Amino acid sequence: MAGAPLLDIKGVHTYYGNIRALNGVNVSVNEGEIVALIGANGAGKSTLMMTVFGAPRARTGTITFAGTDITQMPTHEIARLRIAQSPEGRRIFPRMTVMENLQMGASLDNLKYYDEDVEKVFTLFPRLKERINQRGGTLSGGEQQMLSIGRALMARPKLLLLDEPSLGLAPLIVKQIFDAIRELNRTQGLTVFLVEQNAFGALKLATRGYVMVNGNVTMSGTGKDLLANPEVRAAYLEGGHH
Amino acid sequence: MQYFVQQLVNGLTLGSIYGLIAIGYTMVYGIIGMINFAHGDIFMVGAFTALIVFLILAAAFGSVPIVVALLVMMIVAMLLTSLYNWTIEKVAYRPLRGSFRLAPLITAIGMSIALSNFVQVTQGPRNKPIPPMVSQVYNIGGISISLKQIIIVVVTAVLLALFWYLVNRTALGRAQRACEQDRKMAALLGIDVDRTISITFIMGAALAAVAGTLFLMYYGVVSFSDGFVPGVKAFTAAVLGGIGSLPGAVLGGLLIGFIESMWSAYFSIDYKDVAAFSILAIVLIFLPSGILGRPEVEKV
Repeated sequence: MAGAPLLDIKGVHTYYGNIRALNGVNVSVNEGEIVALIGANGAGKSTLMMTVFGAPRARTGTITFAGTDITQMPTHEIARLRIAQSPEGRRIFPRMTVMENLQMGASLDNLKYYDEDVEKVFTLFPRLKERINQRGGTLSGGEQQMLSIGRALMARPKLLLLDEPSLGLAPLIVKQIFDAIRELNRTQGLTVFLVEQNAFGALKLATRGYVMVNGNVTMSGTGKDLLANPEVRAAYLEGGHH
Repeated sequence: MQYFVQQLVNGLTLGSIYGLIAIGYTMVYGIIGMINFAHGDIFMVGAFTALIVFLILAAAFGSVPIVVALLVMMIVAMLLTSLYNWTIEKVAYRPLRGSFRLAPLITAIGMSIALSNFVQVTQGPRNKPIPPMVSQVYNIGGISISLKQIIIVVVTAVLLALFWYLVNRTALGRAQRACEQDRKMAALLGIDVDRTISITFIMGAALAAVAGTLFLMYYGVVSFSDGFVPGVKAFTAAVLGGIGSLPGAVLGGLLIGFIESMWSAYFSIDYKDVAAFSILAIVLIFLPSGILGRPEVEKV
């Protein structure tokens, strides 16, 4: 492992009012990796994703991206460092068309690479092309998920954060999306940090993984090791997706 | 019939002015969910600025071609009024963002009083008249249409077309709509939300300044208290059309203009404001989201 990690989260505590959501989290993501964060509902996974963007802001601890301390940086400036996120709840702009949503994704470069990049997104998700002039709010859950990931990719990210990319999607499409992530990682070296409930799929995809319980990271290791770990199997895999 | 059409023309003129002001209310509400009660006074500041520019032009050059005079008045009014609204947003509203819901509303009322008192103290409490700028009246089939009315309607139409283009076809407009729909997501995509909100205040003020200039040209007089009634009527227009909806603001403005001129023509001119504001009450009871507004609930 040469050099510092691309994203380095150190001792981060995050609060909602007085309620502590993250309790001294340490997570790092190296360039070219796919890192999975698994854990039960309410463990703080999505909070960690949003804390990277300073919304909510970490109360203590530091977050560095490519050597820059971004802990106190305004959210939009963090995004401009080329970190993109497909967030929890997808957050599609409901009264904008699919095209406008994708254009919003490309706003960092003022649509300079829009034509080129939108074709890549359509290759990944042909369904979006059929829906190009439809309003985001009228799409099905799965289509919104594709749009949310597509919008994040339009930003030409160095680091892509994916919050539950498999949520609400048919198994076949989940496989498609996981294949697409692997492909982007392999061919373009895209670094991916993803949160998943679908622990099996995520750990199979990931270089490394972290397990989160009640705002703490309790385990970490390579995807393979975690998949083989009896505790992980008992808590997140047995009776789950195989 | 001629009388009716005459009233339509008058209503269209008034409605154009209300519509221009109403856009400022509705845009700000759309993007940060607050009613900027100082917006009526921003309109009044626009009218006053136009008045001062007119007097300076008249003193410096004697008679100036009307088109040039109007253009200079509008541009200076737009610049200065935008600066006022930008400052108000920055010092009085932004620090309260994320505070409880009533805080910005109360502050806005405070800013409204501050602005009108400021103008009262600096410009004096009396009505400020200007000599008529435009006096031609055309008679078309028994209906008299003044050049003033034509200017108002044409300027409004041109401005609305430009404005529509800006909001629907440019990156800035897209960013504004994104902030309106999901501020947090917009920030995640690299949009500077604070800057976008500032620009929204500037755009609203610029339109109100044009409305103020047209108001001054139409009535030939302005006073420090002129922000209040047109302001509340424009607000009524925004609610009637559906607060948050831009076409709704224009439609609401025109409707309020028509209602006012028809009421004055067929019933009692003394009660025209009662009619306009009764509409506000009726709309709020029977059609809370307005004509083109959308209900708060939406599919996620």
